[in-house]
Amino acid sequence: MSERRLTIAIMDAPYEPANSTTAFRIIAAALKKGVHVNVFAYEGAVSLAIKDQAPHANPVKGTNVEQEDHPTTKNFVNSLLELGRENPLLTWVNCGLCVDERGAGNSVAGVKRGGPGDFLKMALESTNTLVIPTK
Amino acid sequence: MSRYLFIESRDPFESNDANFILETATALKARGHQVTVFLIQNGALAARRNARHSHLPQLAAAGIELLADDFSLRERGVTAAEMRDGIQESNIEALVDLLIQTKTKAIWH
Repeated sequence: MSERRLTIAIMDAPYEPANSTTAFRIIAAALKKGVHVNVFAYEGAVSLAIKDQAPHANPVKGTNVEQEDHPTTKNFVNSLLELGRENPLLTWVNCGLCVDERGAGNSVAGVKRGGPGDFLKMALESTNTLVIPTK
Repeated sequence: MSRYLFIESRDPFESNDANFILETATALKARGHQVTVFLIQNGALAARRNARHSHLPQLAAAGIELLADDFSLRERGVTAAEMRDGIQESNIEALVDLLIQTKTKAIWH
């Protein structure tokens, strides 16, 4: 296997545990090193890329939307897809059944639909696979 | 010989199953495998020297490489001066380097 390729399975929904942030950091670091990355988003993680996410104000701090500059996970996914547009390549696959369950089909551009078979294929073609499960 | 990479994300003072890492990592090391434990997220809370009942000294005594994510340490206010001996401050780039080595089994906990 000449090309270095990392497959990461993620399962956590956005805005809950630190796992999503860590996954984003690993994906970004790998792409910056020239490593191709496959992401298989399963269960709640399919919502990370929902296009309809909107930043919000923070009434506790008294900040408006612009001042709060609240980061959305869709923006992180967008940035990662831009970073991994070609070489190295980031392939992001959302579990289709998980998407349908959640009505989360309106994803940012570049996110694909697939199933566990795609995860197996990704793992087989990769240098290594990391599964980040829910706790 | 294989290389095992445990990525410990759990606070050992919250999760009793931190023993999973201790038992599994030391058993693998005793069988001659190369073992690294990478502390990340709340797993980094165990890195403080003054943390009582930490499982990290036993891992270090077994010859297991202990690394801690700098980002996670900073978030939790753990400074280099506070860290227990035997733990090396590391970063996410080093974790990726470990992950993309061949014959490495990565286990997230």
